[in-house]
Amino acid sequence: MAVKNITTPLAEDIVMDLEAGDNVLITGVIYSARDAAHKKLVDLLEKGEELPLDLQGQIIYYVGPAPAKPGQVIGSAGPTTSGRMDPYTPALLEKGAKGLIGKGSRSQKVKDALREHKAVYFASVGGAAALTAKTIKKADLVAYEELGAEAIRRLEVEDFPATVVNDAHGNDLYVDGAEKYARD
Amino acid sequence: MREIHVEKVRDCVKEMCIDANNNLGQDVVGAFEHSLKIEESPTGRNVLELLLENAKIARQEQVPMCQDTGFAVIFAEVGQDLRVVGGDLRAAIDEGVRRGYEEGYLRKSIVSDPIERVNTKDNTPAVVHFDIVPGDKLKLTIAPKGGGSENMSALKMLKPADGRQGVIDFVVGQARLAGPNPCPPTVLGVGIGGTFEKVAFLAKKALLRPLGQPHPSPFYAEMEKEILDKVNNTGIGPQGFGGRVTSLAVHIETYPCHIASFPVALNINCHASRHSERVL
Ligand code: SF4
Repeated sequence: MAVKNITTPLAEDIVMDLEAGDNVLITGVIYSARDAAHKKLVDLLEKGEELPLDLQGQIIYYVGPAPAKPGQVIGSAGPTTSGRMDPYTPALLEKGAKGLIGKGSRSQKVKDALREHKAVYFASVGGAAALTAKTIKKADLVAYEELGAEAIRRLEVEDFPATVVNDAHGNDLYVDGAEKYARD
Repeated sequence: MREIHVEKVRDCVKEMCIDANNNLGQDVVGAFEHSLKIEESPTGRNVLELLLENAKIARQEQVPMCQDTGFAVIFAEVGQDLRVVGGDLRAAIDEGVRRGYEEGYLRKSIVSDPIERVNTKDNTPAVVHFDIVPGDKLKLTIAPKGGGSENMSALKMLKPADGRQGVIDFVVGQARLAGPNPCPPTVLGVGIGGTFEKVAFLAKKALLRPLGQPHPSPFYAEMEKEILDKVNNTGIGPQGFGGRVTSLAVHIETYPCHIASFPVALNINCHASRHSERVL
């Protein structure tokens, strides 16, 4: 099985080269944000204010990690269900975000926005949180400390494993994969 | 009369919270290994390998296998000849959860009110199901339950005429609808019969049965197998990436029901099918 190594920020040619079903290893910086942080970011955009981070070319990871044990960079850190972020996602893609990582299906609006803004949705393995945490080498607070596990953090990752679910060409692994292996 | 001090219960609950979250049961690990042999999709096999590796890391480093360390769902079977001393049993269980989630570096995922949604910051209260049983022991089972799979669960009051096929269609339809969201490969707990609240409890309880152990009645064992085949034939596969293993097991629990009723409930568990059990 071919694995593509990609680095952040994501350049447009890298995004366009990714296809639904590709396994990737991500190296570079990704930003954590869940529902509460998404709401705050989109509220700022609606008020016409600046975001606390520049999203251009960046990847957003839907994660609320477990607390770090002494000596750990971060506690177990697998993806949360992406559908809860759907209402906020198109606005963040418009601000230049190029990748999203979570688990589970996206709305048609998000899929359309991925095509329009040339971006991809990856899934990482839900529940493989101890393993995923090991690929996170550094975690720094960026904004919303009061949200605890849900704060926005800058995560430096090395070979973070993920799979392309929705590519920038309109393909959907959740649909195609199930069709391929379905039997009557 | 045999006595047990609440402090013993508290300490035991604390340890069980940590144990359940860090140490995936051998039955689940065995189910992953078996799935690896039958999974046809390379992406699906890759997922199963990552899950096995993840369970190993969690056990070795004593960290939770999943960051969603769940709602602490606890089944307490209290022997009728046992006297609990030293305080309030329910409060002792919550205190055990509080200490387990704090000392075990587990995530606190409970909000005090479903609408205002302020985190209680200690993962309490637990959901506790008490039962009175013969004997003088206290049996505790803790099953931390993640939100992702719980959210894809469902209950329906079928018509008695819907029969066996009605149950199968409901469960398979719901599993198909859940798709990748509950972190497949899943375990499906199916409750049939009883009343509205009883059937949901049966579905939850069905998840406690060790994987690979069929229902004792051949009729229901056969039905479990049929549902499992149908769900795996959806092709959803590990993590929904496409494949032949969507569920690891289907467990049915039943109860007598009213002449006019036919309740059925599906409680979906993710592959992080966690539990810890002790008899005190
Ligand atoms: S559904 Fe289960 S495995 Fe998936 S994130 Fe939730 S608790 Fe973890």
